[in-house]
Amino acid sequence: MTYDFSQTNQALLENLRSHFGGKVQQAALELGDVQLEVADTDLLEVMKELRDLPQFSFSLCVDVCGVDYLGYGQAEWSGDKSTSGFSRASAKQNLTTVSEDQKMQPRRFAVVYHLLSVELNHRLRVKTFPVDIDLPVVPSMHDIWPGVNWFEREVYDMYGIRFDGHPDLRRILTDYGFEGHPFRKDFPLSGYVEMVYDETEKRVKYQPVDVETRVLVPRTIRERSKRPASPAVVDEAQAAQETPAT
Amino acid sequence: MPEIKNYSINFGPQHPAAHGVLRLILEMDGEVIEKADPHIGLLHRGTEKLAESKPYNQSIGYMDRLDYVSMMSNEHGYVLAIEKLLGIAPPKRAQYIRVLFDELTRIRNHLMWIGAHALDCGAMAVFLYAFREREELMDMYEAVSGARMHATYYRPGGVYRDLPEKMPQYDKSKYRSKSRLKKINKNRQGGLLDFIEDFAIRFPGLIDEYETLLTDNRIWKQRTVGIGVVDADRAKALGFTGPMLRGSGVAWDLRKTQPYEVYDELDFQIPVGKSGDCYDRYLVRVNEMRESTKIIRQCIDWLRQNPGPVMVEDHKIAPPSRVDMKESMEAMIHHFKLFSEGYTVPEGEAYAAIEHPKGEFGVYMISDGANKPFRVKIRPPGFVHLSAMDEMSKGHMLADVVALIGTMDVVFGEIDR
Repeated sequence: MTYDFSQTNQALLENLRSHFGGKVQQAALELGDVQLEVADTDLLEVMKELRDLPQFSFSLCVDVCGVDYLGYGQAEWSGDKSTSGFSRASAKQNLTTVSEDQKMQPRRFAVVYHLLSVELNHRLRVKTFPVDIDLPVVPSMHDIWPGVNWFEREVYDMYGIRFDGHPDLRRILTDYGFEGHPFRKDFPLSGYVEMVYDETEKRVKYQPVDVETRVLVPRTIRERSKRPASPAVVDEAQAAQETPAT
Repeated sequence: MPEIKNYSINFGPQHPAAHGVLRLILEMDGEVIEKADPHIGLLHRGTEKLAESKPYNQSIGYMDRLDYVSMMSNEHGYVLAIEKLLGIAPPKRAQYIRVLFDELTRIRNHLMWIGAHALDCGAMAVFLYAFREREELMDMYEAVSGARMHATYYRPGGVYRDLPEKMPQYDKSKYRSKSRLKKINKNRQGGLLDFIEDFAIRFPGLIDEYETLLTDNRIWKQRTVGIGVVDADRAKALGFTGPMLRGSGVAWDLRKTQPYEVYDELDFQIPVGKSGDCYDRYLVRVNEMRESTKIIRQCIDWLRQNPGPVMVEDHKIAPPSRVDMKESMEAMIHHFKLFSEGYTVPEGEAYAAIEHPKGEFGVYMISDGANKPFRVKIRPPGFVHLSAMDEMSKGHMLADVVALIGTMDVVFGEIDR
């Protein structure tokens, strides 16, 4: 059986709520895991206390992860009922061509930290949303957990989120001289450039990519998989389910 | 007397001791390292982004190609995250099969590590011994999944199929005498479980062979004792997990502290080091192989006595049987929908971690309710360990860098992803 965290997590959640109070924007259980949302201005202070206070003692920062919420909840194939055959799939939306306005949506980027306490055997997920979307910045956790060094470099490389106070914020995974941030949702899967060998110049060089991005399986969202927003919505969805499909 | 200046050395990316494509820029003062700057990413394939563009089940094969010496462990982390989002648990027999293959994978990973580590430090023979056993482990992978390395065997909701009743045997060949054929087929007469049991009985003796070559070897000790020392607090601050953390004396193993699958029903010990140097990490890993053998034997006993399903019954997630598809329209629709559209996963986010041979392998997954993940983040253990390279190698000699790469057990498939 999978280890049951429910009691430790409930206790941790109450501890967090009573200690931090208004400093955390949200503290809740997400599929049994404790999840905090902290404003980027308070992040450094909260994290330091999470490491140092004996009731938390999160001595390890296991993971730092960037997220781009552009296009969250958007399907390329909509509708639960079959109406117009295969043409439904052509109504797909391509995130690489969204307008600048859409790209500036608030809460587009997030940085997610996974903390682990070896001493008390519990885990915590901390999320923060950088405010400025054009030039997202969050404070670096390097002084608290030196192990996050490369993770923050990776998030910077992949998402272009900058870490204030990081000692050596260089790209890490992409090629020397790479342009753009490949894990952003508006960056195409095939990339922009490809490497070829030029017979006349006798060297390898970059050229614009000639791969056409195809959608083999359209992104589909079913009503039953969506999180109910409010009780009223639940009733409506249930009513729709109970109605026999025509 | 000419003036001696600091200079930098470019180590790799094509160097036999770089374990793949590690490029190290070393700043040297004579033969002493002042700064090590690893350049990684030469094997970056964007696995996480690729996984976002495919239905959930189609990315299991990508996970094999992360840490390509412990394939099934990577799959395990991935399917656990999906199962957590779906809120399902595989049948007990599938859990035992997963544990069995996780431990076989651990042995397989550690054999690769011990061979390469010893070879880097100048002991050729261990490599040959380790690869002899690794071959048998590959045969087990092949028997159960059809592939020697990239198995794609674990599925959300169980495993792809039950263990085969019959172990494949070597064929007659004009290059092989009859007596030789009989000898190599001797332990392949029964099923896969018999073959694994035969291995598990012999394997502790084989570990003794490696230990004879290394544990009290004067040269081996000179190369590893006191090299790359990390104390417990520093190891935690650096985010070390797995044998790298246990080598520093922290008794932390997810199989014990946060058991997943059936690890809480099994009897095994967690080896822990003391001084946090390369030699202690060596001892930890060697003893882990012995403990894995114990777990494997317990799994074999259980699996022999308890036949049953190895996949959940929900045909929205698991394909229906071939026979049903011939007769039932519903089964055929399920099959078609599953292999074209896949299944949609409830909106939410989950982090699932397992004790991978190299440390904590975690998968953080965000679903927006679609048939493809919205975000998959893989937490690779080797990435964190390699990031401590600068700190661990400072003040050591150039030759010790090779010992450090060995002790970190780096594989670039998972580091670069």
